[in-house]
Amino acid sequence: MTLRIKQAGALSLIQDLGRFGYQDVGVTVGGPMDNHAFYWANRLLDNPPNASQIEITMGPFAAVFEKSTTFSLCGAEVVAKLNTRIISNWHSCVAESGDVLSLSFPKKGLRTYLAIAGGFDVPKMLGSTSTVVRDQFGGMTQQGDKLRDGDTLPYQPNVSLFCRGALKQFIPDYAETIRIGVLPTYQFDQFDEKAINTFLNEIYTVTPLIDRMGYRLEGATIDFPDQNFISEGIAPGSIQIPANGQPIVLMRDRQSIGGYPKIGCVCNRDLNLLAQATPGTKIQFFLQDLFEAEAELQQEQHYFYRV
Amino acid sequence: MQVKLVNENSLIIYFAESVSIETADFINYVYHRLNEDLGDVIENIIPSYTSILLSCHSRKIGLQAFLRLVNSALNNLHSSQIDDFKPEQIELPVYYGEEVALDHEDISQHTGIPFSEIIKLHTGEYYRVFAIGFAPGFAFLGNVPTQIAMPRKKSPRTNVPKGSVAIADRQTAVYPNQSPGGWQIIGRTPINLLDITTKNLSKFSMGDQVKFKAIDKQTFLAMGGVL
Repeated sequence: MTLRIKQAGALSLIQDLGRFGYQDVGVTVGGPMDNHAFYWANRLLDNPPNASQIEITMGPFAAVFEKSTTFSLCGAEVVAKLNTRIISNWHSCVAESGDVLSLSFPKKGLRTYLAIAGGFDVPKMLGSTSTVVRDQFGGMTQQGDKLRDGDTLPYQPNVSLFCRGALKQFIPDYAETIRIGVLPTYQFDQFDEKAINTFLNEIYTVTPLIDRMGYRLEGATIDFPDQNFISEGIAPGSIQIPANGQPIVLMRDRQSIGGYPKIGCVCNRDLNLLAQATPGTKIQFFLQDLFEAEAELQQEQHYFYRV
Repeated sequence: MQVKLVNENSLIIYFAESVSIETADFINYVYHRLNEDLGDVIENIIPSYTSILLSCHSRKIGLQAFLRLVNSALNNLHSSQIDDFKPEQIELPVYYGEEVALDHEDISQHTGIPFSEIIKLHTGEYYRVFAIGFAPGFAFLGNVPTQIAMPRKKSPRTNVPKGSVAIADRQTAVYPNQSPGGWQIIGRTPINLLDITTKNLSKFSMGDQVKFKAIDKQTFLAMGGVL
């Protein structure tokens, strides 16, 4: 009753929504880089929102279902096959015992979420299954290990559910140019007008230096007068401006505290979108109202947590 | 004190513009009070040198309501209660032998002080836990005497051994696990700093006072230290 990984690809990790409540002792939250796709993958199976999934970054990926079940795929645009049959992304699908799932390298986007009915049955560490490689927390042996070829992930065999897909309007477009909403918080007010104008009017490019901790961007230099900054807590989406003036957006595996000034925070919705951006993607920042963004988050939570 | 919103479910409280023991005491007090008063709606709390970042469970409470709760908790602080949260004093044994003090030559050269004297200075005071971060259980302790302050290494080590005791500028710290790191290494503790089966998880909590005690090689090994 396991999923046997045939090809783990570049980086495949067990994730639930994250390890909360321990940042005061330096424990990383982790969790899905793209919460939106993660929520949908569980929802398509009527799973609890926090059920454990596999986050497949880039791939290619292949695995064998050793017992019949229902699974779902959400996220990057990949060619997904069950044996030889092409199956839809943002959809759930029935697998029979022995079926082989294979995912190509993504055509658009970066990360695919593979959920299974009932969730993968992996042990929790500090209340979460999320894998944080840097902390050596979570994963199959709870040492922050990424998935390897031959790993077997237990799941409960499940009566087939009806297959269904996400509504079109909820499926994001992982375009070559994306607009990213920024909440004008943290040290936003301490940047001068020229710096703010540069940040909001210039186009920034995603560099190859991207990982689960942070996305380094490049573009016009943003100046901040005072680089002697006292370390403070870092919220997800914080946009750090180090001395070289090139922004770094902090993602799910960010450290808990940091000593760079921050020009604001990427809003929750667009942090999920940014997590699917590949090197070369163009970014146009715009100011996002905090309370509109909060209303959207509340709506999302309400939608995915309704019974 | 100044409270500022950060994102859809977070806010940050600023207490001062510069680092001091008084601010650290006050932050330690507020950190405990917020945990007690608002524990059920707090998702994460990150105290640091001059601030506390708080996020709420957005399914339980909206941002405006959370802000009101935090403000009212802050209005109910009583400086007389600070003493109720007296920091714990922790003594940590450290072996300062040359085979584990990987940077003993560099630091002696940089400071012009013989390593035996550096050990005396390092073990001579109580250090305050000003913040915890970088890695699970990694506590930023301060301040070391100015005579033994030394900047980080130009190029960080890829593998700092577990338990390494190190200095960077006027801060000192212990690496709870093997990890990359750029601090100057002067010794190693046999004590395990991170135990996920314990309630506190980490040996150090915000506000604790830590004193290092020099031990010899035999004691280090007897206590489970690994060379």
